[in-house]
Amino acid sequence: MLTDQLFEGQRIRLAPPDAERDAELVAKWTHDPEYLRLLSADIAKPLSPFQIKKQYEEMDKEAEKHDAFNFAVRLKEDDRLIGFARLFRIEWTHATGSLQIGLGDRNDRGKGYGTEVLRLLLRYAFEELNLYRLAATTAEYNTGAIRFFERVGFVVEVRRRQAIQRDGKRWDAVMLGLLRDEWKREMISEE
Amino acid sequence: MDILTGRLTRLTAVNADTDAELIARGSCDSQFWRLAHTDPALPVLPKYVKQQLEERSLDLQGFAIRTLTDDRLIGYIGLYTIFWPQREAIMGINIGERDFWGKGYGTDALRVLLRFGFEELNLRRVSLSFLEGNERAMRSYEKCGFRLEGRERNAWAYDGRRWDEIYMGLLREEWQETNNEQ
Repeated sequence: MLTDQLFEGQRIRLAPPDAERDAELVAKWTHDPEYLRLLSADIAKPLSPFQIKKQYEEMDKEAEKHDAFNFAVRLKEDDRLIGFARLFRIEWTHATGSLQIGLGDRNDRGKGYGTEVLRLLLRYAFEELNLYRLAATTAEYNTGAIRFFERVGFVVEVRRRQAIQRDGKRWDAVMLGLLRDEWKREMISEE
Repeated sequence: MDILTGRLTRLTAVNADTDAELIARGSCDSQFWRLAHTDPALPVLPKYVKQQLEERSLDLQGFAIRTLTDDRLIGYIGLYTIFWPQREAIMGINIGERDFWGKGYGTDALRVLLRFGFEELNLRRVSLSFLEGNERAMRSYEKCGFRLEGRERNAWAYDGRRWDEIYMGLLREEWQETNNEQ
């Protein structure tokens, strides 16, 4: 029998992005520089709900071309939005893609939600989209993210030396890769 | 001194009217295509390339590489993506004319581009990546001071097997050192 549940974990579920409903909260998250700087090397800047809606429209365009798959992460018990997950930069001829996960509120981090999300996202990438390889990028200072990815089998493959300059210091951009065969699907959540 | 002129080559604007032909020819040379691009090799007409070039923003056009002796177009080079707050650029180069492979033209154009990147744009870092097995490219990058930074394992699928993508980077200080030695 086929897996009957691709989008539901124990406590969270992957839901379709809903700009109308979520823009307000997602915009609020962008006022937390810690969140933005952990998430990516892009310029940290606060966004309005209107700007977030614009972003969602752009993401929809990619999704229509099947170059990306975007999810909202919601708690099952009360449907509260806690973050997002996405597969993007998909190269269909090579069966590769990149992934990114963010939990907006610091109170929702460190509780194993991210691990549940990652688990669902990897299964979706490897067993629904049939990708062969996934990449993730983070910064040297985000040791939590590096550990998070390594626990499911990701390997640090490339260090773009000193590519990120923040707070007057220079950090490597860290690129990780995971091949389908190396995926530890039964990873145990931390703590 | 013209900052865009080297010993063998000079970097000029890409001219959609006259330069599309070389790219179109390159698209019919699958070995070249695979070394230079990751999208599937597909032969196209100059007309189509011209249209694409015209639609592309100026930033993404980069430079045409021409020989100093007879102004012949031999390839393309550019700092195609720039992260300004980090002053990091990702560069790319391809020499579509096979007669000019392995003769120092690429390395010369590369040196000119790096000078432009570090002294005109004031970059802090230049990054690049290429398909495993392209030793010619790697030697040229090493000559200019690039250091190996890792490899994306099995990033590409060609001819029934997987190939790595090799990453190299060059910091401003390293470029200055290499430049002073030469």
